[in-house]
Formats: sequence, C-alpha cells, structure tokens
Amino acid sequence: MSLEKNPPVKLPNEPAITPQIVAEHGLSPAEYESVLAIMGRAPTMVELGIFSAMWSEHCSYKSSKVWLKKLPTKAPWVIQGPGENAGVIDIGDGQAAIFKMESHNHPSYIEPYQGAATGVGGILRDVFTMGARPIANLNALRFGDPSHPKTRHLVSGVVAGIGGYGNCMGIPTVGGETNFHAAYNGNILVNAMTVGIAPAHRIFYAAAAGVGNPLVYVGSKTGRDGIHGATMASTEFNEDSEEKRPTVQVGDPFVEKLLLEACLELMATDAIVAIQDMGAAGLTSSSFEMAAKGGLGVVVELDKVPMRETGMNPYELMLSESQERMLIVLKPGREELARKIFEKWELDFAVIGHLTDTQRMVLSWHGDIVGNIPIPPLVTEAPVYERPWTLTPLPPVVDAASVPAPKDWRGSLLALMSCPDLASKAWIWHQYDHLIMGNTAIRPQDGDAALVRVPSSAKGAGHKGLAMTSDCTPRYVQAHPETGGRQAVAEAWRNITAVGALPLAVTDNMNFGNPQKPEIMGQFAGAIMGMAEACTTLDFPVVSGNVSLYNETEGRPILPTPTIGAVGVIADIAKAVGSRLTEGGLGIVLIGETKGWLGQSLYLREACGREEGAPPPVDLVVERRNGDFVRDQIALGRVDACHDVSDGGLLVALAEMCIAGGTGVEIAQPAGNAVPSHAFFYGEDQARYVIASGSADDIVEAAKAAGVPAVLLGYSGGASLVVNGLLSLPLSDIKAAHEAWLPGYMSATE
Amino acid sequence: MKAAVLVFPGSNREGDVAQAIELVTGRKPQMVWHCDGDFEKTDLIVVPGGFSYGDYLRCGAMAAQSPVMAEVKKRAAQGVPVLAICNGFQIVTEAGLLPGTLMRNAHLKFVCSDVHLKVETSQSLFTNRYQAGQVIRVPVAHAEGNYFADETTLKRLEDRGQIAFRYCAPDGTVDGTGNPNGSIQNIAGVFNETKTVMGLMPHPENAVEPMFGGSDGKALFEGLVEALT
Repeated sequence: MSLEKNPPVKLPNEPAITPQIVAEHGLSPAEYESVLAIMGRAPTMVELGIFSAMWSEHCSYKSSKVWLKKLPTKAPWVIQGPGENAGVIDIGDGQAAIFKMESHNHPSYIEPYQGAATGVGGILRDVFTMGARPIANLNALRFGDPSHPKTRHLVSGVVAGIGGYGNCMGIPTVGGETNFHAAYNGNILVNAMTVGIAPAHRIFYAAAAGVGNPLVYVGSKTGRDGIHGATMASTEFNEDSEEKRPTVQVGDPFVEKLLLEACLELMATDAIVAIQDMGAAGLTSSSFEMAAKGGLGVVVELDKVPMRETGMNPYELMLSESQERMLIVLKPGREELARKIFEKWELDFAVIGHLTDTQRMVLSWHGDIVGNIPIPPLVTEAPVYERPWTLTPLPPVVDAASVPAPKDWRGSLLALMSCPDLASKAWIWHQYDHLIMGNTAIRPQDGDAALVRVPSSAKGAGHKGLAMTSDCTPRYVQAHPETGGRQAVAEAWRNITAVGALPLAVTDNMNFGNPQKPEIMGQFAGAIMGMAEACTTLDFPVVSGNVSLYNETEGRPILPTPTIGAVGVIADIAKAVGSRLTEGGLGIVLIGETKGWLGQSLYLREACGREEGAPPPVDLVVERRNGDFVRDQIALGRVDACHDVSDGGLLVALAEMCIAGGTGVEIAQPAGNAVPSHAFFYGEDQARYVIASGSADDIVEAAKAAGVPAVLLGYSGGASLVVNGLLSLPLSDIKAAHEAWLPGYMSATE
Repeated sequence: MKAAVLVFPGSNREGDVAQAIELVTGRKPQMVWHCDGDFEKTDLIVVPGGFSYGDYLRCGAMAAQSPVMAEVKKRAAQGVPVLAICNGFQIVTEAGLLPGTLMRNAHLKFVCSDVHLKVETSQSLFTNRYQAGQVIRVPVAHAEGNYFADETTLKRLEDRGQIAFRYCAPDGTVDGTGNPNGSIQNIAGVFNETKTVMGLMPHPENAVEPMFGGSDGKALFEGLVEALT
C-alpha cells in the first residue's frame, strides 16, 4: 500500500519529544535509545505511546521473563501453555478447559468497585476470546489490616464490584480466598480467575493470517478511560485544558454479556481467522500482538474506530483501555455475516483496517499516516532485564517447646476460628451468585476446591466435574520464598485432590514489590524456583499467568504473593466429596505426618503475637504420595468427607468440618505421640488431610501398605468438638465465633 | 407441555430454567428473542432471571416495554400461564401482570443463598405438587427482591389466596430470620387473580437435582407438566 511509504505527519499541537515526555512514558533513557535505533528517527507521540505500552512491565514482562522461563509448561494434556490469552488443557471427551488468573491491584485500590469489576471483565474476555463459554469465576483477595482506616471501604467496594460484574454476566463465582495483613495497607491485591469450556478442536488464537483480511472492531465504543500515561499527553494535545480523566476504566457487564453471546455465536461459524480482546494497552497491544504472532503487518484506520466522544486523537484511541472491546481478523467476504450477529446484539461493528505483508504497523488518520512502526524489532529488541537478586535466607526453625501452650484451649480455638484470616467469608461469597448455571456441586466453604459439573458431557456416562481453587500463603513466601512457592503449588494441588479430582494444571498470578530492589527480585526468583520444583514433581504445569510488580507504597512492599489458581478433573462427579461432616459414627483419620511445625503458624501469630521462624517444609515426594493415596481412597468410595490441613493446623481443620456439616467429633491425640499437644493440634505440617470414613480401618490398613502415615483420631458424632483431656466446645459456639467476625467488622462504623 | 422461555439482552438464567424444563418434560423449550412479538403458541411462557437490558433503569422496566412482552400480556389475558422468576418477576410487575413491586434488598446487597419457603397454597397450576404449609429449600440470587405492596393490595392478595410462597425459617416459622431481603409479610411469590400468572424471586430451576442445590424445586415443574399436558 502506497500510504506506507509516507513518513508520519505531525498532528496539530503535537509536542516535540523531550526527555521529560520520555520519562513520563516510563521509558528509561537506554530504552529510548533503542526506540530511536529501531525507528531511525524520533517517534511521533502516538508511536512513543505504543513503545511505552508494549515495553511496559505489564505487557513485556521485562523483569520477570528470564525467571518465568524456568516454570514447566508442558504435559500431554496441555493444548496451549503461556503466551496466549489463557491456558488450554484437554479434559477428555473432546472438551478443553481454558483458564487464567489476572491481577487488577492498582485500579482496585484507587477505585475498588470499578477496579475489581473490570478485573473480572478482563479475565472473562481473556477466556471467551479463545472460544470458551466461561463456567466459573474465582478470586483471591488480600486486604490490609482490618484496623486500617481504608480497609473496610476497600473490602466493601471490591466485593460489590466483583459481584456486580460476575452476577450480571451470569457466571457463578464459586471460590477464592481472602486474607488480611498490614503489608497490604497501601496496596491491596485483587486477583481474578475465570475457567471456561470449549470444544477441544475449536480453540481460537490471536495469530493473524491472510494478507488483505479485514481487521474488525466489535463491542463498546472507545472512550478516554484508562489512557496509559495520558494525563500529560492529553493536556499537551488539548490546550484548552480538558478535565483530567480518571485512569481507572469503567466496566459495563451488560455489554460484556452481549459481547460474550455475540462472539460465541460468531465462533460457531467459520468466519474467524484470529481474535484478541482489547485488554491492557487496548488497541495497541491487541493489533500489535495479532500481527506479530502472524508474522504480518497491519494497517489501522483510526478514524474508523467507533468513538464514545468527539475530538479524540490517535494517541488516545491507541492507548484507551475502554472495556468490552474485541479485535477480530475475519475471512474475506464474511464481514456481512459477522456484522449481522453484532447488530443483533446491538454492539458496534467496524472494519478498521486490514492485514499486510509489510511487517509494519501503519496507523492512518483521515488519510494521513500518523504512525509507522516496524513490528519484529519492537518484539525482538524489547528490553529484557536480568535484575540483580538476593535470596531470602531461611529463618531459624521455631522449636515447639519454646512456644507456650494455650492456657485456655477453648479460648485459643475460638480466637483462631474468628481471626480475620480464618473467620468465615460467607459475608463475601453470599454477594456472589455462586449457583447460576445449575452446575455447582461444591459451594464455597463446603470443600477445599469448588466443583462444577461440565455441561454437555456425553449422555449416559456419569457427569464429569471440574475442581478449581486458588491458594497462596504469603507469610510463608515472605519468610522463605522457595518454600513458600513450593507450598502455594502444593496446597492448590492438595485442594483439588481433597475433593477427589486429579490436579491438571496451574495459572499463576505473581504479585510482588519493586523488582529493582535485589531482595524483592530475590523473592520473585525464590518463589519461581519453589514453584517450578513443585509443578514438576506434581505433574502440574503452568499454562497461563500474570505478573504484577511494583506493589509498594512509600517504599513498603506487600508480602510476596504468588497466587496459584488450579484446575483438576474428576471423571464422575458423583464420586467427589466435600469437607462437611454430616453424620455420626464415622472414623476420623489423619493422613500425613505431624511433627508439630509452629514456625509461621497462625497459632504463633494469633496466640503469641509472633510472625517468625521458618515456614513448614514441603517434601514434594511425600506430598504426591499422600495425595495420590487420598484420591485413590475417595475413588474407592471409602471417604465421606475430606479436608486438607493448612492454616491453623489440625484442630482448625476439624472445627471447619464440624461446623460446615453440623456434626461433632470426639478425638484424642494418639497414645504414645510425643509431640506437644499445642504443636500437634496447631502445627502446620504439610501434606496432611483429615478424612471422615465409615471404613476407617480399611483406610488405615491401606495407608500402612502404601507407606502413608495414617492414624485414627476418633469418631464423629454429637454436637460438640471434643478433644479428650483438652477441650469440649459446642459447635454452636465455634460457629458463632467463626461467622460473627466479618459481618460485625463490616457493619461497624469507624 | 410446550414451553417458551423469553430471552432479553442480559437474561442469564434462561439456560437454567430451560435445563429444568427439559429435565422434567424431556424436551427443550422454545427460546424466544425479545423482538419476537409473534412466537409459536405454547402451553407455558417463562420469563427468566437475569439483568434484562442491564437493569440500568428500574429492574425490569425496559423489558416490560419490549415487543415480546406486549404479546405475553395479550396471551396472559387469554389465560396462557406465565411463570416469572427473579428478573422475570420484576418484569411482569412492571408490565402490570402482577401486583406489587420489587425494591432494593433491605440490606442493600446482592444475596445468593438457600432460603426456605412456606408453600401457601397447593391450589394452583404451579403449586399442585406441594402441600399447603410445606417447607421447601431453594436458592435466591438478587439485589432487588424486596417485595412491596400497599395495604389494600396486600389485603386483597391475602383474601383471594394470591400469595404463593413466603420466606420462612427451616421449621416453617414465618418471621424476620428467614427473610433474605426485607419483603413485606415475607412474600416470596404471588399469583394474579386467576392464578395463571405466578412471579417469585427464588429460583426453583436451580433446585431440581440432589447434587446441585437439592431437588425441592422440581415439583413446581412437575406440577406444571401435570396441569398443562
């Protein structure tokens, strides 16, 4: 196309690029030198904006790339690993599960409702872009200290935002986790995960193909919301000083619902060559990635982009992060078919360009070229940093004998069950529609993982179930990142196992502080090392993920939080178990070895006010052996309820099972066990499960044969939690303490 | 029984109710797009849950003005039964097919939870498989389910037996503890005067299988099949 030979024109009022403008775009002087070398001239403002977006930490992974490569990403069941909009795994019967977790931390802190809502919207689009109908959402939330003046407002807004978006979309929000810690006071974490299902033979990818094929824009109109670094730019462009726009995007779940249905309707035809949602960096990253992945060029006629308001310029159009938009490459001649579908759903539809063989991104504006960038060097010359890193040394091991036993056992259990991290989160998940679609088999709080029936399984056979969870124990990662990384993966794997499903793959959401500090980069490196080891040993590859760095306020970083989202499958959903203890007379069996590890335990923190020591070690071979054993026992139908032992230790796990199902237990520390009682019951040793079973003796015997530690602790029954010689507590008291904290906190006035 | 399920832009529980209908009848209902004012004759019309047109105005207010609802009003007047669930209940009250209105929940939050309902009468197409006074467990999922009607209307509803379900405690006690949204007199569902139109906030369609929320809602669909086949 002849247009492409023209040098870009300068727009009216376009400023000269100064070092200050470069800095405001987040590019270092060295990075700007690379820009000049690639372009062979000074870039225009819109070109600079594109470099700035594509080379941002968020889009380029420049600090994390070298480390992310160390994660295992392959397995026979992996259809698509990291690098696409979401990961794809084969779940049998010609079906694929498509999933990913993504953060929306900074926007959620600034504007909790919209920040969290658009976080959900973004991750939903990542999944349905690939051809999947979303079947479940999860979210992992970390808030500051409950006593911090902003925390209540943030909890309220984030939860309402997640519910507001997901509920309207009609996707059940089935699981997640919520923690509180002062390290998140100035920087909360909102990590949202979506799981979808698609026919395995019909997955849609972003790689463009076919020179001349039309580039189509669908969805909402583009406005001036969320423009990256736009504060400076828009005042420079518009001298009559337009009011500054907030940088947080505003979500419209209704439009996204229409977009979902329209896209799935179009996907059922053969019209699509490639499709990509407009997420971070909007039109820039979507058009760029499609062309780059296809080894092609693209012409974008920016004046054809549907605009929400008049007077928008190319810079704003390329960098707007308006929500609910998609970019599609259609097969030639399919424009009218596609247009009709989008018009039926009352969405914008515009052909805004076409593919070329030039490997250049050419932007035109009313006939003039306003940007002309070679695509391959922007990818190959993108900055990659091997930042200096210092590993966190392993803290000293806390000797259980140095930790006081509770003077009041009942009080200690009630205090743990009502502490912010362990208290019931029902106040949160009752605001999420977790039942829509009619496939939710294990609801929040009823099992270690959520369990959702997979629609349209083959008739006649038992229905398949997808188990899903999110997990991370940031205080372990802070204490020792390698152990913490290993533990986060292991606990997610354990959660899936505890419902009887086979863990298949992971999505990771790496939330860390400033990577330019060696100790923070060391946390990242350590966590990756631990995760890589765990994912390898557990055959649990990483198929998608997201990195969120610079989570710091006034130089104070968050706890390193590599959130692990995981998915597993159970062939017959009727064989799955939850953690609710609903009948008496069942044997209570503890699987796994208890040494009484109190370092970094919640008991140590909540009862003794100490956040210290080495976190519990994770022996991955033992983890796998114990988990495989538990899953086999569930498959044999011997297990009535199962719960993994994690935060708070054995006594908390038992209490949770009892109050969830309304049945008590009477147990004792096994005779001859030399571990101090407070360490036995509150220690957080890994690779452990509590099983309730009508055939407990068979399980103990089978465990012995398999070399798995297993011990009968007692039996279910009654309406109290009884530990012989230590405590007897009515379940109603535990339940009241467990359920009262969050609603009480949220309804209190400051 | 032939059923039609309306679909508005933003409907999202149409699939759930279609699944429940298919489970009890063995056949898929006809899905009717909001612009279709001339859909095939059916024995039952279902107005499903969701966020019709985004519910950015008053919930159900826009949908009540749609071409398909004009036709539903006509057919309801001819006696074709209408089952309106959640957003559907809001739509039919806005359309004037049922008395009263649904306000924002008293606690101002969305609520998704199992609730217990007391069946007020078995004398209807919709409740003939239940006993009067029976307690059933079904979920709710809404932000605007707080039923309100003025005193005169309430008295008329009571006098004519137009109250279908009330929220209650698990033991059947009708008091504040079982009321999830502040509805006046714990009203969860009502009939029109001829009991051919029923609206309710809870979701019987999400309680038709033991593993997936229990099966207390199934009898509602079975009762309809019995009455309309």
